[in-house]
This record gives sequence, C-alpha cells and structure tokens, in this order.
Amino acid sequence: MISAPDVVAFTKEEEYEEEPYNEPALPEEYSVPLFPFVNQGANPWSKLSGAKFSRDFILISEFSEQVGPQPLLTIPNDTKVFGTFDLNYFSLRIMSVDYQASFVGHPPGSAYPKLNFVEDSKVVLGDSKEGAFAYVHHLTLYDLEARGFVRPFCMAYISADQHKIMQQFQELSAEFSRASECLKTGNRKAFAGELEKKLKDLDYTRTVLHTETEIQKKANDKGFYSSQAIEKANELASVEKSIIEHQDLLKQIRSYPHRKLKGCDLCPGEMEHIQDQASQASTTSNPDESADTDLYTCRPAYTPKLIKAKSTKCFDKKLKTLEELCDTEYFTQTLTQLSHIEHMFRGDLCYLLTSQIDRALLKQQHITNFLFEDFVEVDDRMVEKQESIPSKPSQDRPPSRSLEECPIPKVLISVGSYKSSVESVLIKMEQELGDEEYKEVEVTELSSFDPQENLDYLDMDMKGSISSGESIEVLGTEKSTSVLSKSDSQASLTVPLSPQVVRSKAVSHRTISEDSIEVLSTCPSEALIPDDFKASYPSAINEEESYPDGNEGAIHFQASISPPELGETEEGSMENTPSQIDSCCIGKESDGQLVLPSSPAHTHSDEDGVVSSPPQRHRQKDQGFRVDFSMENASPSSRDDSCEGFPAYELDPSHLLANRDISKTSLDNYSDTTSYVSSVASTSSDRIPSAYPAGLSSDRHKKRAGQNALKFIRQYPFAHPAIYSLLSGRTLVVLGEDEAIVRKLVTALAIFVPSYGCYAKPVKHWASSPLHIMDFQKWKLIGLQRVASPAGAGTLHALSRYSRYTSILDLDNKTLRCPLYRGTLVPRLADHRTQIKRGSTYYLHVQSMLTQLCSKAFVYTFCHHLHLPTHDKETEELLASRQASFLKLTLGLVNEDVRVVQYLAELLKLHYMQESPGTSHPMLGFDYVPSFLYKI
Amino acid sequence: MHKSPLQTIGEEQTQNPYTELLVLKAHHDIVRFLVQLDDYRFASAGDDGIVVVWNAQTGEKLLELNGHTQKITAIITFPSLESREEKNQLILTASADRTVIVWDSDTGRQVQRISCFQSTVKCLTVLQRLDVWLSGGNDLCVWNRKLDLLCKTSHLSDTGISALVEIPKNCVVAAVGKELIIFRLVAPTEGSLEWDILEIKHLLDHQDNILSLINVNDLSFVTGSHIGELIIWDALDWTMQAYERNFWDPSPQLDTQQEIKLCQKSNDISIHHFTCDEENVFAAVGRGLYVYNLHMKRVIACQKTAHDSSVLHIAKLPNRQLISCSEDGSVRIWELREKQQLAAEPVPTGFFNMWGFGRVNKQASQPVKKQQENATSCSLELIGDLIGHSSSVEMFLYFEDHGLVTCSADHLIILWKNGERESGLRSLRLFQKLEENGDLYLAV
Repeated sequence: MISAPDVVAFTKEEEYEEEPYNEPALPEEYSVPLFPFVNQGANPWSKLSGAKFSRDFILISEFSEQVGPQPLLTIPNDTKVFGTFDLNYFSLRIMSVDYQASFVGHPPGSAYPKLNFVEDSKVVLGDSKEGAFAYVHHLTLYDLEARGFVRPFCMAYISADQHKIMQQFQELSAEFSRASECLKTGNRKAFAGELEKKLKDLDYTRTVLHTETEIQKKANDKGFYSSQAIEKANELASVEKSIIEHQDLLKQIRSYPHRKLKGCDLCPGEMEHIQDQASQASTTSNPDESADTDLYTCRPAYTPKLIKAKSTKCFDKKLKTLEELCDTEYFTQTLTQLSHIEHMFRGDLCYLLTSQIDRALLKQQHITNFLFEDFVEVDDRMVEKQESIPSKPSQDRPPSRSLEECPIPKVLISVGSYKSSVESVLIKMEQELGDEEYKEVEVTELSSFDPQENLDYLDMDMKGSISSGESIEVLGTEKSTSVLSKSDSQASLTVPLSPQVVRSKAVSHRTISEDSIEVLSTCPSEALIPDDFKASYPSAINEEESYPDGNEGAIHFQASISPPELGETEEGSMENTPSQIDSCCIGKESDGQLVLPSSPAHTHSDEDGVVSSPPQRHRQKDQGFRVDFSMENASPSSRDDSCEGFPAYELDPSHLLANRDISKTSLDNYSDTTSYVSSVASTSSDRIPSAYPAGLSSDRHKKRAGQNALKFIRQYPFAHPAIYSLLSGRTLVVLGEDEAIVRKLVTALAIFVPSYGCYAKPVKHWASSPLHIMDFQKWKLIGLQRVASPAGAGTLHALSRYSRYTSILDLDNKTLRCPLYRGTLVPRLADHRTQIKRGSTYYLHVQSMLTQLCSKAFVYTFCHHLHLPTHDKETEELLASRQASFLKLTLGLVNEDVRVVQYLAELLKLHYMQESPGTSHPMLGFDYVPSFLYKI
Repeated sequence: MHKSPLQTIGEEQTQNPYTELLVLKAHHDIVRFLVQLDDYRFASAGDDGIVVVWNAQTGEKLLELNGHTQKITAIITFPSLESREEKNQLILTASADRTVIVWDSDTGRQVQRISCFQSTVKCLTVLQRLDVWLSGGNDLCVWNRKLDLLCKTSHLSDTGISALVEIPKNCVVAAVGKELIIFRLVAPTEGSLEWDILEIKHLLDHQDNILSLINVNDLSFVTGSHIGELIIWDALDWTMQAYERNFWDPSPQLDTQQEIKLCQKSNDISIHHFTCDEENVFAAVGRGLYVYNLHMKRVIACQKTAHDSSVLHIAKLPNRQLISCSEDGSVRIWELREKQQLAAEPVPTGFFNMWGFGRVNKQASQPVKKQQENATSCSLELIGDLIGHSSSVEMFLYFEDHGLVTCSADHLIILWKNGERESGLRSLRLFQKLEENGDLYLAV
C-alpha cells in the first residue's frame, strides 16, 4: 500500500514541526489544584497521615440519652474499612460539636411542650491525631419516648484527606441533606403515628378513669370525697391535660412548615401527605376533631391500652432503633442514598475534582455533547428525564432518588444571597491561606449576611482555633429559613414586648429557634398566627406567609444573633433549655402528670373488667404505620408505583449494606474503583439498583474500548479509512465468524461513532440475518455474522447490494472495502505510532480530539452567513463556495475531513430541531463515491 | 436473438442528486399505489388495505386510513372545487372487498362507503369538468360528488375494465381485455334530467390484452398491449394514428416454434406503462425503455435491458430525465441525450432489429422513412440508480420540491432526497428556530 505507515508518519511529524500547535492556557477555574505535598516528594496516593482506616466511610452516630455518644452503623459496613479506628471516640467527638439546639420543653411563657423543627447543622471536623477528617451532619429525630422528644443523630463522612472534605463540602452537604431529609420525613411519619396511638391510649384511659370516678361517686354519696376519689379525679385531670398536650404535639408535627418542603427534597408521598393535611386543616375548623375522626373512622382497629399513672424509669426502656424511628422504607432509602454518597466520593480528590470539572464542562457544551459523550453524563436535564425510566439509573443519583422529585437539595440554592456570602467566605479563606496555615485554621461559615461582620468573626475564630491547634472545625449552619416561633408571638401578645425585646429573646433561643414552630395554643382551632400579631410584626408575617420574603427577615434576625452562635453556641442553647436539663423523661418533665411512655411492661387496670389487652409492641408499630398511610388516599398509590419500579425498597437494608461492601478497593487504585462498581452492579443488578449504569460509562468499559481501539489502529494499516467511515456516518459493517472477536472490535470502534441523540449509540454489536436498508438508517456500526452455509449467501448478497451505504471490514480475510480517505484528522486521532499505551488514556485522547471536532462542527453549523444568503440575489453557488472556503481555510479541514464536519453538522441540526429527541431515526445520508479494497 | 447486457453504473454517480433517504414504514404488505395529494403530501396504498397519508418533506406519517378489508385495487384523488362548501380534498379508494371508500384527506374521516358493487372496481377516474367520477369493474358506473349513482353500463366483461381514461367530447375510453370501448357520457340537459352513458365504439386492433392506456395530449391517446403493441389513437375520431409492434423476430411468418418462443418471451415485451411529454411517448416495454417520437412517428431511443426484470413504472422529469422502477428492486435515472447524426449515416441495423417498422401502417410509413434520413437520434444514458428496496419497486412519485418517493413489495416506502438541498433547508429551519427562541444575534 502506498500509504505505508512509516512514510505517512514521517511526513506528519514534519508538519507538526512546521506548525506547532499552541495549546491555549487552561482557564483558571478549570484547573485542578496541584497536590499540596508534591514538593515533599510524596506521591499523591500515599496515605496522608497515620489514618487508621483504609478508605473513606460514613458513620452514623447517636447521642443516646442512656449511654451517651455511640456509633450506630458505618457504610460500608465492613470492619476492614475503618480498621482500628476508634468509632466510639470519634462518635463522641462528632456528637460534641452539635450546634443545633434541639429541644422540646416548656419555653418560658408556654404551657405545653413544643417541637422544634430544627435545621440540620453541617460541620467539618478534623482530628489530626487520628488522621481523620469528617464532614458531620447533625440531625434530630423525634421520639415520643425520648427526653424532650428528640434524639440527636449525626451522619459523618470520614476521610483521611482534609482537602477532600473541605473542597467537596457543598457536594457533601447537598448529598447528606438528601439523606437527612429522607430520614426526617420518615421520622415525622413514624412520630405522628406514635402520637396517634398514644392519644388513643390516653383517650381510653380517660374513659376508664371517668367510669371509675363515676362509680366511686355513686358508691359514696356522703357529700365529701374520699382521698381515693380525689386521687382519681386528679389522675383524670392529668390525663386530660396529657391528651391536650399530645394533640398539640400531633398538630405540630403535622403542621411541619409547608414552605420548608417546597424547597427541599421530599418524597412525593410526603408532599401529598402534607398537602392532604393542609387541606384537612383548612376544611375542618378543628384539627383535633379531624384527627379524632381519623382515629376512629378510617383506620384499622388499634386496641388502646390503659396508661399507668406512675412513670417508669427512663433507663428501663429500650430506645427505638434508627430504623424504628424512621420506618423501614425510609430507612432503606436513606441507606441507599448513603451508599450512593460513599460511591460518589470514593477515590482521590483530584479524581473527584477532575470529573466534576469534566461534568461542568460537558454541561456547557449542551448542544454538541450528545455526539460523542456517553449519554449518562450528558447533562442533568437529560438525566432527569431518564430517571423516570427505571431501567436507566443515572450516575448522578441512585434510582431510589426518583421518589424525591427535587433533584438538587434546594437548601443550598434557596438560601440565595445569604448562602453565597457564606460560600465566598469559604473560598476566600482557601485562597488567602497557604496550605500549612489552612490546615490549622478554623473556617467558620457564618450565618450572618454582613460581610464586614463575617470578617470580624472570622478573625476571631481563626485566633481561637489556632490556639487550639489540634482540631479543625468548619462550622456551616446550613439554613436560612427562619420562622418566628409561634410561642414568641403568643408570648409577645400576653406580655407586651417591644420588637427589640423579641429579638433578643430570639437570640437567647439560639439561632435555630427562628426556624421552629412552637405552637402555643390552648384553642386548637386557632389559626397559626393571630391577626393582631400580624399587624404588629409585619416581618414575622412575611416569614410566615411567603418563603422568600421570610428569608430577608430571617437574615436580620440572624445578624443580630450571630455572635453568641459562633462562640458559645452550645452554652447559648443550653441556657435556653432549663426545663430540659432537669427533666429526665416526659413524665417528669410534665410535672409528674399522667403522661407515660407506653411500655411493653405496662400493667393494665382490671377493675370492673374494663380491660384491654396490651398489643405487642411491634404490632403497634405496624398499625401505626398503616394508620399513617390510610390517612392519605393518594399516597399509597404513588408509593406502590414507585415500588414497582424500584424493588430495592423492599430489600432488607442489611442485605443492601452487606452487598455494597464486598469491596476490596483501596484508595490508591481508583481507576479500578469504578470498574469494581460496575462489576458489582452487573453481578447483583437484579437485586440492587446500581448507581452506575453497567456498560457504557464505566471506566473499565472505556479502558477496554480504548485498548482495543488502540490495538485495531496498530494492527490494521487501513484503520484510518475505517474510522473515517464511522465519523462521516457511513455504516461500517464488521464481518466475521467469531462473535466474541467481532463484538470486541465493534465495542472498541463504537467510541468513534457519533450518536444521533442522547440515547444509545447507533451500534449493533451482533447481527446474523441479512441486512436491510432500515439497518443502515438505524445503525452506523454493525457486527455481522459470516455464515458459510447457503443462508449466508443472502447476507453477502445483501451486503454487496447495499455496498454504496457501507464500508465492510472483513475480519476473517483482513480486508476493508470503503471509500478513500486523505484527510489529516483521523491520522491525528488514530496514530498507529502513538506513544499512548494505556487504553483509558487513549480513550481520553479520542474524546478530546472528538470534542475539538465537535466544536468545529458547532461553529460551522451555527455560523449564520454560511448557510443563509446575505442578500437576496446571492446564488447558491456563492453560498456553497463560501461554505467550502470556511471549512477549508477557517477550520483547516483537508479533503474528506470536510465530510466529517458536514455530517456532524447535519446531526447537530437535526438534534437541535428535534422537539423530542429520539423519536425518529434521522435520514440516511450517503455519497456516491467509489470504494476501494484495502488489504494488509 | 442477442440480449444486450444490462447497463451498469459505478458507485460514482456525480449527476445523481439523491444523496439522502428516509425509510417510511407503515404498511404490512406490498405497497402498490402512491398518489400525490398536494405540494407536500401523498398517500400510499397497497395489499394490506390501509391507506397512509404522509408528509413528503419530513417523512412524517400524517394519517392512517383503515376501512378496507382486502387489498386496494385503485386509488384516486377527487380535487376539491373551490366554489363548493366542502373544501376538503377527497381520496377515493377501491378494494378487492368490492367497496369504494371516500375519505377526507385532511381529517382521515371516512366520508362514505359504497358497497353495492357486483365486482371489484379495478379503476377509478374523475371527470373534473363534469364533477363526476367513474368506477370500472365488470361494468362502468358514473357517480357524482355526493356519491349518487348517476348511471351505469350493462355488464361488459368478466375480466373487467383494466384501464380508463377521459378523452374529449365527454367520452371515456376503457380497456376491456383486448378491446377498447369508447363511452359517451350524456349529461343532463334541458331535455332530460337523467345522466346516461352510451357505448359508442369498440376498437379491436390489439392482438392481446391491453395493459396500459394513457392520454398523450388532447388529441390522442396511446395504448399498449401484452405482446408489445403500441397504438396511438386519435382522440376525436378514434382512429389509429400510429402502430408500433415490438417483436423479437422480424420475419412476418412465424413458425410454431417461434410462436411458442414469443409466448414465453411475451412477458419481456409487454408494455406495462407509458409516460409522455409533448414530443415523445416513453414506454416501459418488458425490461427495456423505448422512446417513441410523436412527430417522427418512430422510436428515437431505447434501452433494451434497462433493468434486470420488468419495468413497472416510468416517469419523465422536466429536465429531460426519465426515471424507471422495476421488479428487480432498483430505480434508475436516465437522461435523454441527443446525438446529432449525419443524414447520410445509415442507421445501425441492430437498432432497428428491435422494432418492426415494416408493420407501421401505410399512411405513417412514408413520412417516417423520410424523417429517418435527416433525423436526430437520441440515447438514454444512465446517470444514476437508487438502491434501497429489497423487492420489486411498484411505483414512484416525483415531487418537485421534496424528491422522489418509491413504494415496493418489501412493504416499505423510501423518500429519496437531495442531500445538499435538505442540508440547506435544515440550516434555514435551524436559524428560524434560533430566531424564534431569541437566540439569534446578527452582527450589525
């Protein structure tokens, strides 16, 4: 062959020397920071410090009221991962930085316990001694049996790489917020169910007591009451009070602020639930009544039990597990999300950053990236569309997420200006401080909106933390939604206070209090905000009525209260909870009144034969579960639908956990990490929804495809015309007897095939029947079986008949029949003398070359004057010559390269025009050009 | 008898404008008919009994008309009259289930269904001037736009009418087997309010079944038969103007063996389709194409084996191009090129071996001979072929603006387009869309 590889390559090199290609400098925002320890001679993949764990993991801990901070579970649930790392000690550390003041109790001026709807707090914490750095996400769950009704939990992402935590803070925060929201949603449901059961119990107890009192009254009509009777009456009164309190709590949990939900991730079921309740609340004047009717009408029978007057010791009871607190479905979903997080942040920081930049860049080229990029990564918009299809799980989110409709945690976004100021502070810190310094500095995310103030606090904090030396803390309190507590408003009504006083009161309540709704209402039918209050405090009204406006008000509040939050937040919050401190359990807290946690060891009164057998604990839970769902009519159906699509929900969470963590992957081989993922996904795909689609986008796939493509290029001197065929849209038929070989080559060559849309590439890996004209319209790369039998004659006949539409690569005879190629593009793309050795490198090389090509096609396609006459009298010939000269001179395309760009331009046009991509196959374009037979 | 080899063209077809194709799939059986509805729409029909309306520009399937239970035997459009209230164009389809259905081409609504036929309607024709349409089966019926049966003939033949064209003076000519029958339509006048149809004349000049019948111009029409007879008739007095007999053996005395041979070969010389322009009649004769000049009254160009098997449909394009499609599954584009011949140069004998000029009827033979001597002869040059269908291409339709539509026994319809032109159109639409979206910024 005249185009002997050596000669060609030699001339090519000369050309390169003549015109050195000047790489434009990479814009700063796209550059990945160099590994900080390079000058120390360390390789980037060596362990940074004496971390006792082998790779990143997620830890869930609880601050148990009985035993203190304790680790609950880790993801991956594999002891090898965290090794000798002291989870107990670390739990203590991370739980001790919980800055959220979550309490339920009797705030001053209120008569009933109130729930705080507390925003999660997000903290970065470092322990240089342990070599562990953690993103810590604190959240509070409600438990009727817990002290103050709350159970503090935290989820921590623990890594040995501090920079990873710092730089991925936003992403971590977003992802963990999703998990947290999922837990809390489930918890609200479970809590409401628990309350309802409790109310039934109380109601039943009241009936029993009432009967007894009546009997006693009748029994002794001496005119005075016996001490026994008085005791009974007192008991009855306290039960009444308890009922009111619990009804109030139920109302509170159900009136979980609506506007909060609009912004956050939420399961549709929950949304309906809430809307349902909202409508319920609006239609019925008395929510309690409606709750009562709910209780008695539309739910499976729950046998109420008598509540004993005496409180049980709170240490006797067994606290509910996290799963019980959140109901299994939500718990499973959370675990899925956490596993997803663990996968997502696996590997080195540079790797993460590069892929993030990659994705960000891809999003920018949203017009052309469908051509060669893997469709999964193409862009979020597409991903969202695909998400509704269960069979196509997206990389960005696990399929389970489709339950929660909002793709991005809006907490971050909705905060708007406030949040951005926080972010800028963080970035500024990074830029200003050197690496060494940076390590030692405590960066604090302020909840203040005032930059000047921010700086002041920063200074203060930096000093403080440097002195502490050992630990690094970044405090990000991630919330801005502030809701003036109702109790405040009530208090301000009863005790006239100036707005200033109200503010300072809010300060003393600790920042988060503005987020809480504390319903202080003895009259159940009362509207959320009294009208007269609205009149006197317009800012508060704004907060209540519209979310964005509320933001403003919130910031003002925040501004004034920031200082205490930074320094002694914990203390500040503790000051406010005197009632909580001395109260051990609810019974005590409510001054020995008859509010008792229902316990299995509960004895029922058998007087007068009014007896109810106490149901089993787990059955209660079950019923509560069902009760909860029967309240919303719309919810179960949507739930069912989603469950059908994602059987993972029905999985045993422990199974899920176990399966996710057969991992032997080490940190320093992350190219394998993803391939491991894909292999796990493929082996257990029937049971576990894979976060990564097996196949196309996995790194292993890319590596293999790259390797085989490289092999093809080195092996076949006619690789160039073959690749040209693919790039110019002429179907390449790979003909061979051995299916495995054909498939392998087809997979490799597929990286050169432009896609029609954002769906799968037009590649058919293996066909055994004669090809048809439709096949050429549909497929651009076909693996075809060569059959020796007479049946195969039909196949070959069809091939020769349609030869003008195809290039034929005969693997058995090592021949290629295709048009001539004399361009310069493909030799650069597929240089058989390339120094590239690794398949993944070659894949990336191809991708970058193709991206360059795409941008040429983009310019050509969207250049107005090239396609439309500049004036009416311009002839088509003139237009054509202008196009030709643009392609040749401006884009520097030689000979057949023009056809490639023209073909890509046609695809771009079609894709841009298509309203609903993928609905139809594009036309089959072809040229009447002679083909040549190439042999080795 | 020599058989000229099939002319082939390589992969390099610089003059072939069709560089894009779109496969349209909706039918489940042989697609036999294509009919143009307007500038951008066409309808297809075939053996599966359904009619599909397509957008010729985008290839979009617009309507699917379901109503027939058996294969469709004829389809025609009934153009709307602008004076009328019902502006919608109608599509008439006849089927082997002995019904005719009238469709609204815009909505796909079945306007009416006529099922009173004794036999399958094999041809339909519209007499726009009278605003009536005719259906030809074993008899001939006349209908008005409201689908009232105005009149009908008696039973004509069991084979039925195979072709029907309108000729001047309210007459139609029907091909029934070997004979042509001229009917005159009597429209209601002041004297009688009844429509009537009268048999005027039987023309019995064809030796075999008449396969094709078209109007050449206002003054003449042409018929072709199974054994390759081509007769040009005067449309006013129904006399033969010219007679061409395409035969394989020039000798007039056929022996029995040759007779058999002729029968065997008859398929090769049967005239399946005609097309014509002002000067020429183009005939699809067996596998070949012949150009008969009306002025010279002789064949001026031919391709004896234009295709591998029978040519089923031909059409003349404005630019001296001829398109033919065939049972071999291909479509070929020909160009009629003139080659100036010296008057003295003898016409190659091989050329005339094909045509029996000795049989030209008397009054025509003399001028033909005269013209031959100083005539320009032409040739049909193959300039491109379209390979797409895997089975017989039954028919095609040419759109000036949108390219060529072919239908085939492989159940497919293919839209062939000029790639360059389509590319330009797509750019135009692209920038229109950009402009609509407000994304277009023109440099001032």
